[in-house]
Amino acid sequence: MVDIRLAADIGGTFTDLALTADNNLWTTKLLTTPSEPARAVLQGISTLCHQSGIDMAAIDVFVHGTTLATNALIERRGALTGFLTTSGMRDSIEMAHENRFEQYDLAMRRPDPLVPRNLRIGIRERLDSNGNVLVKLNRQDILDAAEAFKSSGVESIAIGYLHSYQSDAHEQATADIIRENWPEVSITLSSQVCPEIREYERFSTTCANAYIQPLMAEYLTQLDTQRREQGMLCQMFLMQSGGGLGTLEEALKYPVRLVESGPAGGALLSAKIARELDLKDVLSFDMGGTTAKLCIIKDGQPRTSREFEVAREYRFLAGSGIPLRLPVIEMVEIGAGGSSVAHLDQLGRIAVGPRSAGSEPGPASYGAGGHEATVTDADVILGKIVPHFFANGEIPLDIEAATTALNNTIAIPASLTPLTSAIGIAEVVDENMANAGRAHAIEQGCDITGGTLIAFGGAAPLHAARVAQKLEIDTIVVPSGAGVGSAIGFLRAPASHEAVRTRYHKLNALTMSDAQDLIRDMRLEAEQVVKSAAPNSTTTENVRIYMRYIGQGHEIPVGVDLTQITPSSPTADFELREHLTSLFLASYRNLYAREIPGLEIEALNWLLTIQTVEPPLEVTPSEQPISEIAALRTTPVTDPLTGTTEKYKLIERKTLLPGLFTTGPALVVEAQTTTVVPRHFKCFTVGAGHLKIQKMQDSDILDA
Amino acid sequence: MLKQPVGLESVRYDIMWNRLIAVVQEQATTLVRSAFSTSTREAGDLSAGLFDIDGQMLAQSVTGTPGHVNSMASSVKHFLAAFPVTEMEPGDVYLTNDPWKGTGHLFDIVVVTPVFIEDRIVALFACTSHVVDIGGVGFSTTSKEIYHEGLFLPLMKFGSKGKFDPNVVAIIEANVRDKIQVMGDIYSLAGCNELGANRLVSMMREYELQDLDALGQHIIDSSRKAMIAAISEVPNGSWVSTMRVDGVDSPLDIHTSLTVTDQEIKVDFTGTSSVQPYGINVPMSYTDAYTSFGVRCIVGPQIPNNAGSLGVIKVTAPENSILNALHPAAVNVRHVMGQLLPDAVYGCLAQVLPNQVPAEGTSSLWNLMAKGDWDDQYANRSFMMMSFNSGGAGARPGQDGLSATAFPSGVRNMPVEINEVISPLIFWKKEFREDSGGAGKYRGGLGQTIILANSQDKDFVFSATYERVIYPARGRQGGESGKTGRLSLDDGTAVMAKGDTVIPAGRKLVIEFPGGGGLGPSSERDPKAKARDKKLGYVN
Repeated sequence: MVDIRLAADIGGTFTDLALTADNNLWTTKLLTTPSEPARAVLQGISTLCHQSGIDMAAIDVFVHGTTLATNALIERRGALTGFLTTSGMRDSIEMAHENRFEQYDLAMRRPDPLVPRNLRIGIRERLDSNGNVLVKLNRQDILDAAEAFKSSGVESIAIGYLHSYQSDAHEQATADIIRENWPEVSITLSSQVCPEIREYERFSTTCANAYIQPLMAEYLTQLDTQRREQGMLCQMFLMQSGGGLGTLEEALKYPVRLVESGPAGGALLSAKIARELDLKDVLSFDMGGTTAKLCIIKDGQPRTSREFEVAREYRFLAGSGIPLRLPVIEMVEIGAGGSSVAHLDQLGRIAVGPRSAGSEPGPASYGAGGHEATVTDADVILGKIVPHFFANGEIPLDIEAATTALNNTIAIPASLTPLTSAIGIAEVVDENMANAGRAHAIEQGCDITGGTLIAFGGAAPLHAARVAQKLEIDTIVVPSGAGVGSAIGFLRAPASHEAVRTRYHKLNALTMSDAQDLIRDMRLEAEQVVKSAAPNSTTTENVRIYMRYIGQGHEIPVGVDLTQITPSSPTADFELREHLTSLFLASYRNLYAREIPGLEIEALNWLLTIQTVEPPLEVTPSEQPISEIAALRTTPVTDPLTGTTEKYKLIERKTLLPGLFTTGPALVVEAQTTTVVPRHFKCFTVGAGHLKIQKMQDSDILDA
Repeated sequence: MLKQPVGLESVRYDIMWNRLIAVVQEQATTLVRSAFSTSTREAGDLSAGLFDIDGQMLAQSVTGTPGHVNSMASSVKHFLAAFPVTEMEPGDVYLTNDPWKGTGHLFDIVVVTPVFIEDRIVALFACTSHVVDIGGVGFSTTSKEIYHEGLFLPLMKFGSKGKFDPNVVAIIEANVRDKIQVMGDIYSLAGCNELGANRLVSMMREYELQDLDALGQHIIDSSRKAMIAAISEVPNGSWVSTMRVDGVDSPLDIHTSLTVTDQEIKVDFTGTSSVQPYGINVPMSYTDAYTSFGVRCIVGPQIPNNAGSLGVIKVTAPENSILNALHPAAVNVRHVMGQLLPDAVYGCLAQVLPNQVPAEGTSSLWNLMAKGDWDDQYANRSFMMMSFNSGGAGARPGQDGLSATAFPSGVRNMPVEINEVISPLIFWKKEFREDSGGAGKYRGGLGQTIILANSQDKDFVFSATYERVIYPARGRQGGESGKTGRLSLDDGTAVMAKGDTVIPAGRKLVIEFPGGGGLGPSSERDPKAKARDKKLGYVN
């Protein structure tokens, strides 16, 4: 049976679609239609069906990811939301961490909370940290608050009480009381959306969900209806930030999980290629117009965490956004893209980003009125972007405008030539990305030296080689269809669900029956969700416990396997503690290169993930290419490492067929991007049309 | 004299400089993640830096607290005076917690590690963090002299060939309350220096550098030049100001004079009250740190910290004043006074740069420190809770002050839910303290009100180290003062703002945090801002 899958990814500027059947792939790219986002999706679906000759009704799976949830939070376009919380705690989401995320900026501003203070109402009730009731829930307070919300025009209500991760009884009862008189209002419970300790983050996640729920429900319902009317009748799945697929029903309840699905798709694409090409240590590098996203893929899997911040308003700085606690693919995002603007800092040094010229006016070289020097302008001056091939020649590049911009913003004030300024811009942006990648690797306890960089997004292949050099990485892969990378990543995403519980245990007092009860409870939740999405699939289960030494503030996630312990054995508790201790110590050593003898360990959060298993990918054997392709011609390019300009071979990507290779220095051009192949590197096509750029062995260099 | 780099070479130098800053930032991140003490991991009470072999600081991490801005920088010079670089060997680790040669109190341990390429020393990494305990009276105002404050570790070679001196380790372990965590913190300090060293060596190999001489010179020269350019935008002259603060049993005066010349900014504290018989005294290094930080937030805030940028700010205070306490003065909680110093500096700068300087704020942290017995399996029958919290900050030119936010410190609070897991205490309230911000064209930030009680039928001990209870954070340019702070029991009994108080079983402790001062006359406040204050209940 042919499995026909269609994926659609709505981004800020473009809506990308990919259709796959029987190892064939069709893709299309449309401008996003912000006033009615479903329109571009539906149009793209018809285009692909038309191209492929596949009947809409024959499609088996429809996967959808969208940036609408993220944008609604960034642009503050959500519903008027009310927040009910424990009396005495209503300012938690506004106080945040009581700190300044930018030490030296006295004018620093904290983002406004999603729910203003007048719509945050304290309810008399109180649980202690074990979930025992200290103050009974006050019904009248809830009725009064609901009245006040109604008269203020509130459309959505968030409910978050202290310690509700231990017991949801008060939150559930509150929701029931509200629904008695106000059945149509949207309600989000913190104990459902994020049953995890740390009230600020939990309340923030709850308010974010409530805030975007009405808008997302309207959009998703509309899209679902319209695509059915057009004749696409299969089940629709939504791409979630953690890299798993969820059902429409789940998305309607927890739209906050759809935040950042696009970047998740990018990471999934890299993960798929890593498995396809059998790459163990991969750094996924996605560089677009405004930001670069870096993500570690170990053994073909991206890592997930539960700490995340959306809408960082201040230079992408940690702390300047809205914290969300939900499964998310662990990645780092910095303000470095093709349209990032270069400037001189207070010391006269070249600095790049995080401000971006966006798509309007865009880089100066696009000739659309931009007059500030951007990364793309530097790439044009360095010769890395060849005008004739850029966007199939559809957008003429204005080299003069790029030179003027470089002169005015950098070269003249810094007494440099435009070329030296361009080298500086490229080096600074590459250095920033390499530093971010290195820091990200440290935080994960990984070493990416000697691994592979998978580069996609319009700007990444232009910068990948230099970033790789800085990270001591010798191999780069530029995927096929890199222009619609996230949509392709969606196609093979697993259906998954992550259940979470906070239960504080000292390891030396933890019993097997504590652990089993918790796991059973989480398994029930996760199974139910995944079964509804993929009834007959094989699934895997993965349990992680967030542990730390007593007294530490940060827990580290430790993957555990309790199936090897026989619960009925008289030594089960002992075995459990031994097992968890040794796993914790191993993870701790991996992160910090040491352990602390004699210190007790505690467990705080428990996670259980169930996900469907994809049939293993066939590993493509890496065939060595035999003959060198003839260059179209040469073109002058300046190498930022040496500062010298030399002739680079010019190769069209579509002509670099399997069996052929080119050696650097060369540029491999295609409509959407250009791949730079430095000296001493070899470039050829592998697998399903991916470009591989590999450092040559000394012997090869002598031969060449 | 080294040649100034030009053209491509200067671009290259700036990129390497960038990398050095990234390296010390990684060093600091590693420390935060592996530290034990609350103040290090939650508050970022740590610092990490790279030094040339003359002890000049080339790069420093930006962390949660400015208390180490240049106290750590001068510390390395003290080490080099005692242990010349010519005698240093690969695998050496040096250490001290001398408040006068380190970063101001015994809790801060400074660790210095030399970096070698082959057998040549090329640089030193230093870092410091606040350890969980150091013996003595603990983190309170009650010490009378340094000898009450715990274990004093003079400048010493603590490790060689990568191994710590077992005798010193034994002394440390015998003198602190939680030896495992304290040693854990020391391991984490040494570990982060090692990481920094590895990164530096790989950068030097990548760029084929034999030493850091030329790069270091470039960093220091360009930073000094940029600072001088920033200073030249401030008119030359001298300004004085005074600020009266609560002290422990009598008010204290901070007298500040600030002088701007073409080349430097000088701050002097002559006239300031003398040393006190309590742990609120401040060693010069710490006075220097918070004063420089205050200046740097206004003058050249984006210029990275290093020997060049810090060298143009000169801070002096008379010996035996509370801001230049000499050995053996008690200095345990030197942050209480130290964190008020940016406000003291702004008293002068406001006269010359009125449109850039904020009003006074709460400034000193209002930390919650509570301990007592606990009938709980988790806690060895006792608990200790420490949480970093803040009152209102001063109004800023063009905008209101930040409510319940730390300045100048950069600490993060602890979640209420976590505090309630690690202690038997219940937070009955933690909300903005309405009407506490000083009125003005721009309003001072609001303080907060915390109500705390024991869930068991038992007493607990509360340690307060609070300022701005008698003398408020003042407004500027016609702005009003913020409300003073207040501590009381729910039956109205007053509670001391400095020192330990037993909170009786069944009673609730009410802590009302100060508000920040306002800026400009309140008659000029935008009616829309007034309406918003009313609607949101910030002002009733």
